[in-house]
Amino acid sequence: MATTRPDVDPPDSPCSVGWTVPQTIRLATREDPFPLEVGGSIGPVDVEYETYGELNKARDNVILVTHALSGDAHVAGWDKTAEATGRLWRARKPGWWDTMVGPGKPLDTGRYFVVCANFLGSCYGTTGPSSPNPSTGKPYGLSFPVVTVEDWVRQQARLLDALGVARIRAVIGGSLGGQQAIEWALAYPERLDKCIVLAASPRLSTQGLAFNAVGRQTIMSDPNFNGGCYYDGPAPADGLAAARMLAHITYLSEPGMHDKFGRRLQDREQPAFSFGIEFAVESYLDHQGKAFVERFDANSYLYITRAMDYYDAAAQWGGGDLVEACRRVQSDVMVVSFSSDWLYPPAHCREFATALCQLGKPVTYVDVPSRYGHDAFLVEYDVVGSLVRSFVNNERRSS
Amino acid sequence: MNENPPILSLGDASELAALIRDKVDPALMGLSAGKLTEYLNHVGSSQPRTPGPDAGRLQRWQDDIIESTVPQGCSILDLGCGHGDLLVRLMDRKQVRGQGIELDPDAVIQCVRQGVPVVQADLDEGLKDFADESFDYAVLEQTLQTVRRPIALLQEMLRVARRGIVSFPNFAYWRVRLDLGLRGRMPITERLPYRWYDTPNIHSFTLQDFEDWTRTCGVRILSGHVLAEGQVRELRASDNLYAEEVLVFVERE
Repeated sequence: MATTRPDVDPPDSPCSVGWTVPQTIRLATREDPFPLEVGGSIGPVDVEYETYGELNKARDNVILVTHALSGDAHVAGWDKTAEATGRLWRARKPGWWDTMVGPGKPLDTGRYFVVCANFLGSCYGTTGPSSPNPSTGKPYGLSFPVVTVEDWVRQQARLLDALGVARIRAVIGGSLGGQQAIEWALAYPERLDKCIVLAASPRLSTQGLAFNAVGRQTIMSDPNFNGGCYYDGPAPADGLAAARMLAHITYLSEPGMHDKFGRRLQDREQPAFSFGIEFAVESYLDHQGKAFVERFDANSYLYITRAMDYYDAAAQWGGGDLVEACRRVQSDVMVVSFSSDWLYPPAHCREFATALCQLGKPVTYVDVPSRYGHDAFLVEYDVVGSLVRSFVNNERRSS
Repeated sequence: MNENPPILSLGDASELAALIRDKVDPALMGLSAGKLTEYLNHVGSSQPRTPGPDAGRLQRWQDDIIESTVPQGCSILDLGCGHGDLLVRLMDRKQVRGQGIELDPDAVIQCVRQGVPVVQADLDEGLKDFADESFDYAVLEQTLQTVRRPIALLQEMLRVARRGIVSFPNFAYWRVRLDLGLRGRMPITERLPYRWYDTPNIHSFTLQDFEDWTRTCGVRILSGHVLAEGQVRELRASDNLYAEEVLVFVERE
């Protein structure tokens, strides 16, 4: 489905949430740490989050957005603190899902109170490998504990507790964010009405595990990696950039790449017969890699891809049987896949919907025809927006 | 090129009349001169007849019967649910637990817009997503003739649901028969407006064919309605000729 990207909504646009300021909350302390899925605990835990819209009196208009691998809590609007916090890339563009969240947009901030929290292990204000380890005063690096999707969902639930929100109207996420949405439906079935899963399956495919392994390998074999202790010196930028380049290939599709770049040469008519950047697609990947290094921490990349690898909804809640796990689900569920997605292929995304069908639970599954690959969950905002708006606003409970 | 000898010659009418009495569907012999005249007057126009004044009301006549038949609060799986209109109606008016299946992505989006749970899937791949007897009813409204393996789908329908609701165009409807039999053309009627190359109906069958199937497969017809000559009424014995569209409730014996 063809889509043209509109100009971004500037901060003074009536369709923008405007200027935003990130908030931070301490959800666990050193004395009362946050217990972790794989054992042990961590404290203190600070969480950066953002909210848009107003929490109503009944406290029943909450939508939780769960972000993906390289995402953050800055979903919509323009970060007022971009300069002060050194997050300069935020001065150039609005939040990562500004097409979806705002006044009159599919997740309408005139109606809903939208919350997103940066997850544990990331590098956007929530405690992660670059945060100081309280026992040494130095960054955790690889002494940071292994965190899981289950931990993130528990962390989000704690944040909602702190905000005085018992029940949410919907949780929505794409990719790794979609896996958090699945986990929400299983871990806190009684706390949500609707669950929207975009381009995500109950577990990562074998091919997905393989891509992540190569990404981590490029980081760990960077000469600057130094066992994760690089915060005093140069970062493993080349390794992280290469990991991002590989990941970007998995976010596109073969026809999508062909449409966008073909075999065009970059800035020249004739090949230079060199090992520099020759093709347009190389230039694109090079740019993506370099831009990523400016805004992401290599250790966070390791921890987050591992969480993505380990997540297995069936193992967690059904002894390996997804249908058993789905007996827990009480919310209305919508799963959306994208036809050319080869990171979370449609057949895998559909498994969650199929398990719910097996139990006779009402479910919606849509496979959107698209050439944008995995990225389609962000790029196909017309059709995704329409689906999300209808599903979230629907007052008829189907179960 | 040699001319073929005529197959139908009315010269020896008495012999022909005897043969017709013996071999031809007796119901066909009851077709009135009025109907035949009306049909023959229309012959030659390649356009479908213009829809009558009741076309709008009759567009979804099956839905009225389904709504008045299914009990409050039951569960219904709609196979090929289109935009979800039937399920919306049943969910709102009879509080049913509804689930749709639809292949066309645009129709699926319409279902979501209407608040109907829908799974995008190909009925030709079976209903393996669904457990045995997980619904009270499964509906196949004007869909059976469009799938590749209709018998397999009927069997699947009666696996996942205790009862089936099936509606289909009857290709033994007299106008359809005459189109093919007298004119030698694929039939085009008000309710079968397609031409041979753009029709979704890839498995044409008749009410009689369907009844034969139920008998050989241990399926019982619980009740039936037809659209016949612009009227919706209960199924009668002679309806293989008169029914334009059929709606039956079935269950395993």
